[in-house]
Amino acid sequence: MFLYDFTQLTSSIHSSLVESFGEGALTTTIELAIAGVAYLIFFAVLGLFLVYLERKVCAFIQNRLGPMRVGPWGLLQTIADFIKLLMKELIYIKSADQFLFNVAPFIVITASFLAIGAIPFDKGLQVLDFDIGVFYVAAVSSLGVLGVLLAGWASNNKYSLIGAMRSGAQIVSYELSVGLSLMTIIVLAGTMQFSELVAGQADLWFIFKGHIPAMIAFVIFLIAGTAETNRGPFDLAEAESELTAGFHTEYSGIKFALFFLAEYINMFIVASIATTVFLGGWMPLHIPGLDGFNHVMDFIPPVLWFFMKAFTVVFIMMWFKWTFPRLRIDQLLTLEWKYLLPLNLINIVIMTIVVLLGWHL
Amino acid sequence: MKVVVEYFKDIFGGIKTLITGMKVTGKYFVSPSEIVTQQYPENRETLQMFDRFKGEVIMPHNDKNEHKCTGCGICEMNCPNGSIEVISKWEIVDDKKKKAIDKHIYHLSMCTFCGLCIKTCPSKALAFGQAFEHSVFDRSQLTKILNKPNSVVTKDLKE
Repeated sequence: MFLYDFTQLTSSIHSSLVESFGEGALTTTIELAIAGVAYLIFFAVLGLFLVYLERKVCAFIQNRLGPMRVGPWGLLQTIADFIKLLMKELIYIKSADQFLFNVAPFIVITASFLAIGAIPFDKGLQVLDFDIGVFYVAAVSSLGVLGVLLAGWASNNKYSLIGAMRSGAQIVSYELSVGLSLMTIIVLAGTMQFSELVAGQADLWFIFKGHIPAMIAFVIFLIAGTAETNRGPFDLAEAESELTAGFHTEYSGIKFALFFLAEYINMFIVASIATTVFLGGWMPLHIPGLDGFNHVMDFIPPVLWFFMKAFTVVFIMMWFKWTFPRLRIDQLLTLEWKYLLPLNLINIVIMTIVVLLGWHL
Repeated sequence: MKVVVEYFKDIFGGIKTLITGMKVTGKYFVSPSEIVTQQYPENRETLQMFDRFKGEVIMPHNDKNEHKCTGCGICEMNCPNGSIEVISKWEIVDDKKKKAIDKHIYHLSMCTFCGLCIKTCPSKALAFGQAFEHSVFDRSQLTKILNKPNSVVTKDLKE
């Protein structure tokens, strides 16, 4: 069926392209272009929706209504905002390093693009299926900080530079926790390939399969992932109340929009990784022994499963952001180096013992 | 050993406080009845302002067209930006000349709603009204005479 398996769809597109253009560079280019355009549209829609969702969630948490005027329930508000941002002036910063200043937002958004390509939204609905998928995503998602650092440096502004340096310290620290918490599950799964990770969760999601160590890893991943996206209580890099807007103080118009979009897309990417690695990706909720229940769950399309889980994680991250106060830089580093990292290292040993002794479900 | 216990106490204590915070915001998230935002132009008919809302200065009259203003002029003296002008007249009551209010002129356009006139009025003749839709096409319409035509000071002014 169409919604249940995309491999047929993609292979039919591929074969029809081969028929008309033949095997070779042209077909590959066209396929790349199709994938690129698809991801561009997906990014735009997702970004607009996530901004809307954030504003609504924030509003409800603060006993407000949020955007209500543009379109029904304010649904078109973010589109109006986007058009406004597109038409705004790109302010020329005289003392900025022009080349680095202009290239920084693109590095940030490119890192998001690279990372999302490896996420499987459904069977066959992913661009890259490496055998080192998890490693790849962990590597490219941390490229974004390069853009943040460049933006802060090139702006030639004290606030930007302080924000960028904080962001650098933050990512270097929390990258460890993200990697190690993912590693905990990889120990359980025995593979780094995303498609096999999802296939391994056909009977039970890894968070249940690995019970206690997997759940600890999930919590650590959520905290570290939130920190990695420079969001929520860890938004020291922009810290409105201290640094005006941190690393993107000097940016305006579409360049600012790119940073803004990247922040939300990164949140979705972290949620997608959490979904794929811990919560079964596009795999429906299956409980061993309950065949009838499993069969009913199969009727919900996998794409829907994926987005339901991803948006649940996104919601939890928004919940964090609008509940907790921002950490100081020393508190941030204490949390990582004194708490998350030692716990993570112990946790990975526990997981190894669990796997070796076959105590997992 | 004590250090280790303290360490884990720290962690679980931290998690507990975080969950307490998330419980509060989570409760707000799932209770739409507590939303305070007013959809103003749409709910104009049913909108109820709060009692303490400072819309404009009014002089309450009872049903016999009586107010409590004696025309002493304390409100005029206390108004920081001269929004109030009290014009008094002399009335002959029981063969005695007595000061009474002729016109209590209130310039809404200058009022900062500080409430000093209401606080200092010895006979509690002034109050804040809840009306807030003050926009008019002519500035002169913002100058109001607070005592109604033919109104008199109420007889039972004592308290």
